[in-house]
Amino acid sequence: MFKKKECVAMLLAGGQGSRLYALTAKTAKPAVTFGGKYRIIDFTLSNCVQSGLDTVGVLTQYQPLVLNEYIGTGLPWDLDRNYGGVKILPPYQGKNGADWYKGTANAIYQNMQFIERYNADYVLILSGDHIYQMDYAKMLDCHKTNGADCTIAVIDVPLSEASRFGIMTTDATGRITKFSEKPKNPDSTKASMGIYIFNRDKLFSYLTADAADPKSSNDFGKNVIPAMLAAGEKMMAYPFVGYWKDVGTISSLWEANMDILGEKPQLKLATGNWRVLSRHDNAPPQYVGPDAVVDNASITEGCEILGTVKNSVLGENVRVMEGASVVDSVLMGDTVIGPGARVEYAILDHNVEVGAGAAVGAPRESADGKIAVIGEGVRVEAGATVPAGAMLSE
Amino acid sequence: MTAAGLIFSNIHDSSVPELTARRTMASIPYGGRYRLIDFALSNMVNSGITKVGLITHYNYQSLLDHIGNGKDWDLARRHGGLKILPPFITAYDNATANKVYSTRLEALMGVMDFINHCTEDVLVLSDCDVICNVDIAQAIERHEQNGADISVITATVDTAVQPLDAHAEVVKVDAAGRITDMATYDAEKGEVEVSADIFVVRRSYLQRVVADAIAHGQTSFYKDVLYRQLPKGRVFAHHYDGFFGRVNSLESYFRCSMRLLDRGSCVNLFYRHNQPIFTKVRNSVPTRYAPGAKVSNSLIADGCVIEGTVENSILFRGVKVGKGTRVSNSILMQDTLVSENVRLNCVITDKNVIIKDNRELCGHETMPFYIAKESQV
Repeated sequence: MFKKKECVAMLLAGGQGSRLYALTAKTAKPAVTFGGKYRIIDFTLSNCVQSGLDTVGVLTQYQPLVLNEYIGTGLPWDLDRNYGGVKILPPYQGKNGADWYKGTANAIYQNMQFIERYNADYVLILSGDHIYQMDYAKMLDCHKTNGADCTIAVIDVPLSEASRFGIMTTDATGRITKFSEKPKNPDSTKASMGIYIFNRDKLFSYLTADAADPKSSNDFGKNVIPAMLAAGEKMMAYPFVGYWKDVGTISSLWEANMDILGEKPQLKLATGNWRVLSRHDNAPPQYVGPDAVVDNASITEGCEILGTVKNSVLGENVRVMEGASVVDSVLMGDTVIGPGARVEYAILDHNVEVGAGAAVGAPRESADGKIAVIGEGVRVEAGATVPAGAMLSE
Repeated sequence: MTAAGLIFSNIHDSSVPELTARRTMASIPYGGRYRLIDFALSNMVNSGITKVGLITHYNYQSLLDHIGNGKDWDLARRHGGLKILPPFITAYDNATANKVYSTRLEALMGVMDFINHCTEDVLVLSDCDVICNVDIAQAIERHEQNGADISVITATVDTAVQPLDAHAEVVKVDAAGRITDMATYDAEKGEVEVSADIFVVRRSYLQRVVADAIAHGQTSFYKDVLYRQLPKGRVFAHHYDGFFGRVNSLESYFRCSMRLLDRGSCVNLFYRHNQPIFTKVRNSVPTRYAPGAKVSNSLIADGCVIEGTVENSILFRGVKVGKGTRVSNSILMQDTLVSENVRLNCVITDKNVIIKDNRELCGHETMPFYIAKESQV
């Protein structure tokens, strides 16, 4: 028996995130650690739950092991429900053969059954690779009030950067009149956030048509949205104001991590009752030693700081030994920085060991924007040097 | 040998009246993010016990809030799991009507249904006033090898470092590990071997001796049951030599807490191989050290925001320390807000305390200044 759900969320989490290189070698991008004790997907999942959406399909494809394990039954987000809750939707074998998800639209097309089971009127399409906090319930209200067929969340970006995004041109009522993917000469600054609400039946008919078109690349941005626009469907823009960051590159991932630091952090992980939920271990409180220096840092349970930590984000169970220093860096967790070692302007994935006296990265001022990246499980030998911008993986 | 657990949440409450005014001994916050019951529960769970009865008596709202359905200890189960056993008073009875049990023995009698319905061979009984990380599986194995009726977990306490009171039971043990004598603590000096108030006992044996003692109108588990069984030679001690703390006063609570700032002790308690201490997950954000924060030799839970100076202190989850403030030798419980330019030394703030700007509060390590839950200074 399936209870009807007004709106079902479909979270696209199958992307490789190839521009994160070593960090996504073994992990899908949505499962990359962020802000010490979160994974990127936590933001979208937490948004869903706190917007009152309790049925979320997570579409996985690339390296799903860590992601599957992380989501588990959905308990940390209260998504372990008798009806609905979070469900992992991998590609599958059907009567007429098996297919990988060929594009974002195709992934949803292959899982229309899931949406039908809950007899949802609306479908919310999300991607698991952005850092933002948004109340989808307000967007859904707006969609209903407008009587729209499709509502797309947009954020104002600087004109100079607009050519990196899918840009929506709207009329005075907010109705989308034109959509241009990465335009050379943008005529609007409203960038699509990749968040769509569709009326179910409309979505299904366009997805079915798209699947039947052999020339289509089965992508929402490239195919489905332009097709709906061309057919004159009522498509509305929903303006979002607040923190939003695509963390698809090493430098944007580093920047977003740094945004949780400072006197008045740009990115607040908890505001009132709204907080980002996550699955995490049960580690003891962090210990800051007698001679430690901790200045402008975000530190998580299980850490032991005996050396210096400045302008850095540390995940669970990081040990910074005597005389070691960590500056301008992101350490994802379960890492040991040996005595006297130095880590500067770097991102270290889980389970890294930096031997005594080793040097990773270069001071930020002289690194010329080149962040050193060390992949999961790498051991940097004592006394070794890892230059700025280096990319190490196992 | 299969085992089930039984935890007494209220015994010894009266020894720390400040901290138990609105909670049980079991739910006293400890070590930045724990409650005392976490040690009893984790010890059991780590030894493979999957069924635990939790005996509650009064004041147990905060305890139930902490425990929930037992999920954080992996005790939310279809079969077994955590069973909460509140006082049981029959509506139509005579002698026991309107009378809530007051001793360990009566409490055991009150939960006889739980004990009878267990199918496990042995029961592990534990109080909540002791902080330790014991391998109970090993104790159960030894219990079986010894053919013991009751095994008592014991630890060595140096009374010069950890003063004891008359609630402590001192044991004398022979070379074979048998307990030959047992008595309440009576001002002995130096190192003494004391009961950790954790027992491994054969279930059928417990059923028999408890029924027998109640039938004879007896009330004390130690004096009327344990003491009398000693001559039979089947009560054994299982010595534990890890971190051992006993909370029997506010001062001892302060001392047991501060011992965690000794890294060796802290590691000994929390980082035992395969014996993690579990607690309720609260979903706090990581702790933020603002520019200019200064922290040394302190244990800090997640969810804190530190803008001032913290030294030799323990901060629970969600504590805020404002600019220009200096917190020394203090324990600040969950969600304490310390505003700007405050001085705190040897202070214990209970949950949700607010210290306003420019306050100066100072206690002494032998007499920490305690500020009750939700007070404002």
